[in-house]
Amino acid sequence: MPLLEIDGLTLAFRGAEGELPVVEGLSLSLEAGQVLGLVGESGCGKSVTARSIMRLLDSPPAVYRDGAIRFEGRDLLRLDETAMRALRGGRIGMIFQEPMTSLNPTFTVGFQIDEALRLHTDLSRPARRARARELLARTGVGAPDRRLAQYPFELSGGLRQRVMIAMAIACDPRLLIADEPTTALDVTVQAQILELLLELRARTGMALLLITHDLGVVAETCDEVAVMYAGTIVEQAPAERLFAAPRHPYTAALLASIPQLRPGVRRLPSIPGTVPAPGLRPPGCAFVDRCTRRLERCTSDRPALRVEAEHGVACWNPVP
Amino acid sequence: MLRYLGARLGQALLILVGISMITFALIYLLPGDPVRQIAGRSATPETVESIRRQLGLDLPLWQQYLRYVGGLVQGDLGRSYQQKTEVATLIASRLPATLLLLAGAITVELLIGLSAGILAAARRGSALDRAVMVASFTAVSAPQFVVGILLLYVFAVQLGWFPIGGYGSFAHLVLPALTLGLLGGGWYARVTRSSMIDVLRQDYIVTARAKGAGRARVLLVHALRNAALPVIAMIGLDIGLFMSGAVVVESVFGWPGIGQLAWQAIQRIDTPIIVGVTLVAAVAIILGNLLADLVAPWVDPRIRLRR
Ligand SMILES: Nc1ncnc2c1ncn2[C@@H]1O[C@H](COP(=O)(O)OP(=O)(O)O)[C@@H](O)[C@H]1O
Ligand code: SF4
Ligand SMILES: [Mg+2]
Repeated sequence: MPLLEIDGLTLAFRGAEGELPVVEGLSLSLEAGQVLGLVGESGCGKSVTARSIMRLLDSPPAVYRDGAIRFEGRDLLRLDETAMRALRGGRIGMIFQEPMTSLNPTFTVGFQIDEALRLHTDLSRPARRARARELLARTGVGAPDRRLAQYPFELSGGLRQRVMIAMAIACDPRLLIADEPTTALDVTVQAQILELLLELRARTGMALLLITHDLGVVAETCDEVAVMYAGTIVEQAPAERLFAAPRHPYTAALLASIPQLRPGVRRLPSIPGTVPAPGLRPPGCAFVDRCTRRLERCTSDRPALRVEAEHGVACWNPVP
Repeated sequence: MLRYLGARLGQALLILVGISMITFALIYLLPGDPVRQIAGRSATPETVESIRRQLGLDLPLWQQYLRYVGGLVQGDLGRSYQQKTEVATLIASRLPATLLLLAGAITVELLIGLSAGILAAARRGSALDRAVMVASFTAVSAPQFVVGILLLYVFAVQLGWFPIGGYGSFAHLVLPALTLGLLGGGWYARVTRSSMIDVLRQDYIVTARAKGAGRARVLLVHALRNAALPVIAMIGLDIGLFMSGAVVVESVFGWPGIGQLAWQAIQRIDTPIIVGVTLVAAVAIILGNLLADLVAPWVDPRIRLRR
C-alpha cells in the first residue's frame, strides 16, 4: 500500500461566475520513504493539490467534487477537523515557497518551533527546548541558542527556510510536502536546501513530495516524477525511466526543449501554444491544441491515467 | 530610546505652547465678557472695571498670556473666576471620575470591538459579518445622547438594575461606560475586522494551520498579535479623547468628570478653567500617543528594528 495515494481528485473553486474546475481527476501515488517530484507549469494546480492533502483550503470556496486522498490507508477528505489537525504538523509536515513570509514575524523562532512540539507531544518545556535545539542543529542552523531567541526578520532567506524545515519535521512526519521550497532562494542556497531535504529523508525515512517547476532539480533529487498539466497528472514514472523514455507527448516536448538537465532552470521550457485556463479546458485531452500526436478521439474523450509496469500515462496515443 | 523620548518631549512642549496660545486667542475672540458674568447684571461700570483690573483682564492679550505662562511654569494654572478655587485643585477633584470612566469605556470598547471584529473577520462574508458591519456602523453614527438616555430609561428607570445617575460605586459606572463603550466599540470592531482580514491572508497563517494549530489558536495567537497595532493606536487616541471629558455622557448620567467642569466653565466664560482643561486634554492626547508608541514595539518586534 502506498503511503499517499490520490485517486481521481476533482476540485473546483466556487466564485461569482459559478464553479471553476481547477483539479480534474488527478491521481498519483507515493511510497513510504520515496521522493516524488510534482512538476508542472505555473497555475496547473500543484499548490492546490498540496494544500488539499493537508486540507488547508477553505471550503467554500474550494469544493471537493470527487476522488479520495488516502494517507496511510485513511481518506483524508473524510476525516473531521480534529483528526486532520492531529495529522497536520504531526504525521504530515509542510514547507512553502516563501520563507520570507511563511514565518510569523511577531514570534521568535524558538516560540514557533516550540509550538509545533507543544501541539503534538506531551514533552516538558525543557525537553521541548532541547528538541528545538537539536532540530536546528540537524537542519544546519549554527548557534541554535541564539537563533531560538531571534525573530524571523533577523534571519536570511536560507536560514528561514531551514527554520521552516526544522518546524515541519519537529514531530517526525512520515510525509513532508515541500511546495517549491527553493524557488525564492539563491542558486547556491537552493542546492544546500535540497541536499538537506535529501539528507533528512535518508536519516528519518520520511517520504518527500517535492513540488517544483525545475526539471533539473527533479532529475537530481527525485525517485519518482509526476508530470501535471491543466489540473491533472498526465504521466507518472520512476525518474530515470521518465527522463530516458517519456511517454506523454507533453513530457516528451518538455524534455526535448531543454538541451541539458541542470538545476537552476527556473521555469519549465516553453513549448508552442498556451495552457487552457481552468474553465476553458476542452472536453477531451487538455493538451490537444498543442499536441503533435493527437488523434480524432482526443478532442472529445478525456484519457485517464493508465499504469503499466510502474509507468502511468494519460494519453490516447502515447510515445512508444 | 532616550533620544526618542527627548524628541517626543520637545514636540509635546511645542504642541502645548501652540494649544495654549490658540485657546487664549479663541476665548478672547468669543462674544461675551467674563467680567460681566462675574459682576452680575446690576453691577455699576466702576465695579466692573475694578474687577477687570483685579483679574488683569485690562492688559493686552499678549501680556495676559505671558502672565499665564509665568504661572504655568511654576505649576500654577490660575484660579477660577467664579469659584476662586485653584484650577489645579478643581481639575484634580474631577480626575478620579474621569479616569474611572475612561478605563470603563475602553474596557467595554475592547471587549465588544475585539470580539466582534475577530468573529467578523473569521467568518468574512457571512451573515454574522454583515450583522457586525451594520451594528458597528449604527454604533459609530448613533448620538451618545440618545443611546445614553435609552440605556438609562431601560436599565435604570424601568428595570432598576442600576442607579439613575451619579457616582460612587461600580453600579454607577456601568451605564455611562456602556454608553461610551458600545458606541466607541463600533470603531474598534471595524478597525479590528479590517486589520484581521489583512493578516488572515498572510502566508504565516497557512503555516500555523499546517502545523496543526486550531482555529481559535490561529485567530487569537497568530493573527491577533499581527493585527493589534491599529487597535493599540486607537486606544492611545481614546485615552486623549476621554481625558478631555465625555461631556454628553457626563451630563446624561450626572457623572462628575472633567467634561462637566469644562462645560460649566464655557457657559460662564471662566477662562482659567477652560485653558486649564484644554491643556490637560492636550497632555493626555500626547501621553496617550506616547503610550501607544511605547507599547507598539513590544507587540510587533519589527518596529524595534526600524527605530
Ligand atoms: N483560493 C482560490 N480561489 C480561486 N482560485 C484559486 C484559488 N487558489 C488557486 N486558485 C486557482 O487554481 C489554479 C491553480 O493554482 P495553483 O495550485 O496555485 O497553481 P500552481 O501551484 O501549480 O502554480 C490557478 O488557476 C489559480 O488561479
Ligand atoms: S491524448 Fe491525444 S492530444 Fe492528448 S496528449 Fe495524447 S495524443 Fe496528444
Ligand atoms: Mg504554486
